[in-house]
Parts: sequence; C-alpha cells; structure tokens
Amino acid sequence: MNLFASAIAWILDPANYVGLNAIPLRIGQHLVFSLVTLVFASAIAIPLGYLIGHTGRGRGLAVTTSGGLRAIPTLGLLTLVALWVGIGVVAPYVALTVLAIPPILAGAYTGFEAIDRRTIDAARAVGMSELQIVRKVELPLGLPLLIGGLRSATLQVIATATLAAYVADLGLGRYLFSGLKTRDYAEMLGGSILVILLALALEGIFALIQRFVVPRGVSGRPGTAPKLRTGSSAAAR
Amino acid sequence: MTWVLANLGLIWARTLDHVVLSLPPIVICFVIAVPLGWFARRYRVSRGIILTGAGLLYAVPSLPLIFVLPAVIGTSLLSPVNVIIALTLYGIALMVRVVADGLDSVDADVRQSASAMGYSTWSRFWQVELPLSGPVLLAGMRVVAVSTVSLVTVGAVIGVQSLGSLFTDGFQRGIQAEIIAGLVATVALALLFDGALVLAGRVLMPWTRRVAPPKPSVPLEVSAA
Amino acid sequence: MFTNTRGRLALVSAVAVGAVVALAGCASGDPLDEGESSAGSDTLVVGSQDYYSNEIIAEIYAQALEDGGFTVDRQFRIGQREAYLPEIESGSIDVFPEYSGSLLQALDADAATGTADEVYTALEGALPEGLTVLDRAEASDQNSWTVTQAFADTYGLTDIASLTKVTEPITVGGNSELETRPYGPTALKEKYGIEIAGFTPVEDSGGPLTVKALVDNKIQLANIYTADPNITSNDLIALDDPDNLFLPDNVVPVVSDKVDDKAAEILNAVSAALDTDTLMALNAQSVNDQAAADTIATEWLTQEGLI
Repeated sequence: MNLFASAIAWILDPANYVGLNAIPLRIGQHLVFSLVTLVFASAIAIPLGYLIGHTGRGRGLAVTTSGGLRAIPTLGLLTLVALWVGIGVVAPYVALTVLAIPPILAGAYTGFEAIDRRTIDAARAVGMSELQIVRKVELPLGLPLLIGGLRSATLQVIATATLAAYVADLGLGRYLFSGLKTRDYAEMLGGSILVILLALALEGIFALIQRFVVPRGVSGRPGTAPKLRTGSSAAAR
Repeated sequence: MTWVLANLGLIWARTLDHVVLSLPPIVICFVIAVPLGWFARRYRVSRGIILTGAGLLYAVPSLPLIFVLPAVIGTSLLSPVNVIIALTLYGIALMVRVVADGLDSVDADVRQSASAMGYSTWSRFWQVELPLSGPVLLAGMRVVAVSTVSLVTVGAVIGVQSLGSLFTDGFQRGIQAEIIAGLVATVALALLFDGALVLAGRVLMPWTRRVAPPKPSVPLEVSAA
Repeated sequence: MFTNTRGRLALVSAVAVGAVVALAGCASGDPLDEGESSAGSDTLVVGSQDYYSNEIIAEIYAQALEDGGFTVDRQFRIGQREAYLPEIESGSIDVFPEYSGSLLQALDADAATGTADEVYTALEGALPEGLTVLDRAEASDQNSWTVTQAFADTYGLTDIASLTKVTEPITVGGNSELETRPYGPTALKEKYGIEIAGFTPVEDSGGPLTVKALVDNKIQLANIYTADPNITSNDLIALDDPDNLFLPDNVVPVVSDKVDDKAAEILNAVSAALDTDTLMALNAQSVNDQAAADTIATEWLTQEGLI
C-alpha cells in the first residue's frame, strides 16, 4: 500500500504539472495521438469494411488478413519501423494504425452482415437505390457493431500508445520508461495508474455511446437483439 | 538471413522462454473461467457483477498492469510471474464472457430435456451444456491463445526474456533481421497454438466435423498491448 | 451424440488435468527461478545486463573462468540495474560486469564526479558487505557529448568547452530525462556558457535513432555511449571531457566472496587487456557483423592469449 501512496503522491505532486513532462500535457499527447491513429485506421478500414459488407465479396480475404495482422506483436512492428524511418512519431503511427485496422474493419463488415437480408430486400422492393440502401438502411443498422469495433480499436490504441514511448517522446508511456531508467517506482506506478484510468474512462464513454446509437425499433427486436448484444460486447474486449 | 542462420540457437532459446510464459496463462485462464462463467450465468446479480468486472479488467492496458502487479502481490518488478499473472487475468476476462455466452447458446429445450431425463444440475453441466457450448469456447480460446502469444513480447521492454527480446536487442543493435525473425517466430508460434486448439477441438468434439460449426456472430478481439 | 459424451468428457478432463500438471512443471522451470537454486557450491554464477555490450563482457568473464577450471552458470540478460542489484547483493550472482560511475550513483545518489581512480575508490567504499570490485579495466563505456566529424571540423571542436565556438543553433538530442540530468543542456549553459537552441527527445539511449538523427543533422549534439561502434562507423566524435562532467564509467567486475584469488587473477588479467578501443571493436562485431556474444568472446580471448 505504501507503494500506492507514493504513486498517488507522485500523481498529485504540483511539480508534475509544469514543463514539457507535465501530466496534463502527456495525457493530451496520449489522447491526440490515439485519436489521429484512429482517424487514419478508420479512413482505411471503414470504406473497405462497408464495401465488403455491402457486396459480400472479399470477406474470406479480410478475415484472414485481419487475423494475421492481429497476431503481429506491436512492439516488433514498432521497433522495425523505427529503425527504418528514424526519430519522431511516424513509427508509432504506422505500428498503431496497423493495430487498429482489424477491429474497425470487422466492426464495419459484420455490422452490414448482421442485418436481416429481408430488411434489405424490403428496402430494395420499395425502390431504394443501392446508395440509398447503404445510407438509409445499412449504415444506421450497422452502426452499433461499427461503434463496437471502434471501441475495441480505441482501447487497444490507448493501451498500446504506452508502448510507443519506447521509441518516441510520446504520451503517458514516457513515465513508465523514464521511471524504469531512473529507478523511480512511484513514477512508473503513477504513470501506469494514469493509463489505466484513461482506458477505463474511455471504456465508460463508449459504453454510453453504444447505448445511444442503437436505432429505435432495433433494440427490442427479439430475433436480432441478443446477437447484437453479444456482438458489441465481445468486440469491446 | 545471415543473422538468422548464425543465431538459430538464440531464436530457439527465446522461443522456449516464450512458450513457458504463454502456455500457463492460456491453460490457467480456461480452468478458472469455466466455473466463473458458469457462476456468472447462474444468477442475475452475479452475471452483472462478474461480466462488468471482466469487461473493465479487459480494458486495463497490459504494460501498465505489469508495472502495477508487483505493488499488489509483492513480486519483484522484473519477475516473469507478473507477465504470467497479467496475461492470465486477460484470458479470464475474455473467457468468462465467452463461457457465459457459450452456455447461453445451449438451446433451452435441450437443457429441459436433459433435466427431464434425470440429469442433475452437475451432470447436466458436464455432459450436456459444456460439450454443446464447446465450439463457442474453442473460438474464445483461439483468441486468447493468439493474443497471449502476441502480448508476451511486451515483457521484453522491462527485461523479461521472450521472443520480444529479439525486438529490443535488434533495436539496440540496429539489426532489422533480428526484429523480423522475432516477428515471424511470434506469429508462427501463435499460429501453432491456434492450430493445436483447432485440432484439439476436432478430437474432442467430433460432431462439429459433421455439422458446420456455428459462425461466431462477431469476431472476438485481440489486444496488442 | 449423447451416447459418446461420457467418454469424451473423461478425455476432456484428462487433457485438462494433464495440461495443469504439465503447467505446474513448466512453472517451476527456467524463466521463473532467478538462478538461486541452480548453482552448486563450486559453481560461479556470472550475470549480465539486458544490453548486448554487457553480455559480451560477461561472456568473456565466463569463458576465461571456464578456461581456468571453474564451472560457470550463465545468468545473462537479467534486466537493468534495479532488477539485478538485489540479486548481486543477496549473493545469488557471483560475477557481474559493471560500470564504475553508474554503479556508484546507483549505490549513492549523491556521489560526486571525479577522475576514473577517484570514482573507483569511492565505489569500493560504497559497496555493501560481501561484495567487492576487482581491478578496473582501462575500457570505459560512458555518457558523452558527441557530434559529427564534419561539425567538429567546421568549428574546430575537441572538448566540451570548445562548443562555445559554434555559431549556428545547437539542438541537443537524447533521452527525455537527459534534460534534467546534472550533465544535461542546462549544465552546458551554466558551466560552459554554451547556447543550446533546443532539445529533441530521442528515446533509445543513444542507439540507432539517435545516431541517425545526428547524421541527418536533425540534432547537432547527442548523448551517446563512448564505446558505441556507431561512433566510428558513422564518422562521429565524442568530445573530450577533461572536467569529468560525466562520471567515468570504467568496466569493472563486481564479485561476491565466492570468487577466490585464482578467479580474481583470471578476471584481473581480462581487465588489464580491455581498453576502450578493444571494447568498441568487440561491440562493432556485435552491431556491424551481427556476431553472437560467445563467438566474439572466444575470438578475442584466443587472440589475446587469455585462453
């Protein structure tokens, strides 16, 4: 408990709220870095996932590729890319974008796939164009699973952004590594607690968002409701 | 390639370290998650508490957890035990939900028929519910295995030897081949574990070979740090 | 499908139990014990940091001792100082290659800098009961302020103080904690009046990223270890440090009581032959030729006639 007391003291120490290593600054870096990474990953994964989900083509390839991507340890990718590109944040961005793509991609295409075919046939029958079907039927109905995928990706990126500090001056992970080098366990533990709190806070926010994005009339449907629930929660690790 | 050929012994030694660090979490988490998942499903209150707890635990990033554990359980900071316990906790966090979902997936009619045939709660669980939720459990364990193998590498940044050490050493020495060797070996080991589980599933659940296994409604996620 | 279930369940249980048993076996295996039990009374345990250069030195110690008839148990790559220092103090490791200044600072945070001999003497006094240091090697692997040869030529740089002659803005690169260290940018300004334009954190402790940034002129002054082979292979130059801004870090074996006179003699002979150029050459074989530590050690010991 003593250790925790010193870690809390470290977190509350006013000296850690000034300068280039200030806690709010590190939290800000951590969040901005994670957000930008998620934007990159989404820009790649969402259109691709929608294409796969809407056409039903390339699913096997997507599953295999994302399965392979998931087995890749981020630390390895991070150090390898860092050796290629040198100092700066490029290596962490590349490594973490690769990490974030599979869950978002899966969220996007399973969101479309989970929709009852009859719903889409009905939309087509009432005269909707393909684009309208995507926009007015598939997008809103697929949203909960997509948000589930984003939630999962966000948590992974927030968690792994800690590791990015191994090669770059970035985010809350700095406290872990500089504490390790200077044998300052209060700093390591304090930094760890901050990352954990940040992850839990985001988990809570996403849980709330997911509650609100389920379109009216979908949540109560007996056939698909349990499927959706299992889906989003499992996808959220 | 030169580096790889000259260092096959080192790669093999690190692979063995990696297996010793990743196998215990995979096995222990299954042993613990089955009763816990069953208990979670049994009562409304326990379900809420256990599944929420598991969800929160799963949200905790691994590297910080490895730093926090010594303060909680009194191990030394660089002890490999921290890595094993942290990964076991993740495995449990994921599998508890999978077990609960898997047991849910057993048809209520089947459950009632079993009771009607005279199965006790205990024997019904072991002989009906658990085997029938097997495919779901298998899918969950495959995710646990792959993510555990991948996550073990993180321990290398604090000096716990595994294939991840090839990343940190390759980085220090600027040898790309060493890092690539580590990446390939880690992915290969993950696939090996995954393959072993699939094989075990075929042996233990021969009926799934005749009937197409239920497609998991969602891909389960793997965390990389 | 139910007829079979009982047998199948037995199989499941058997596999599960078997796995747990196997696991219990694994769990007491290698990575979990920290080397306390494996060494018999006539075995010397040699440890090393989780750092390639330190491992090479440890391997040299180990092979030299083996050649002298000792049985050696290698406990290499056991992390950084905070991890292994307690292990050495508790007597579970008998021989460990250390660096005089860094070890002194770890034992006594207020230790003052000085010449190599002063630091060595201070270290002898700071070591806990039961531990001693043998002769220090001439070789040192210490922090330095390093620039490119081209940059040094332009301004005629030789030592740290001469950096005042530089007329362009100097950006410093190194681990982020460098900024607050007593030899960091602030000290350069206060002690020597050197103007530092900026600080770029590079988090690889003077490794390949730092070197690349220096060569690409993204930074002009970097904190790199003096025995880093990248210094020669990239035409860099570590500026002289006549005032001992950095604590001298000579390679020195830290040993327990179990190291007798004969073993000490062997290790002292190794230290006598090890100078900084040698250490840099050994490191170069690891980094440039990608050779393994044991190969490098055998080659050097043979060449020096030590085995």
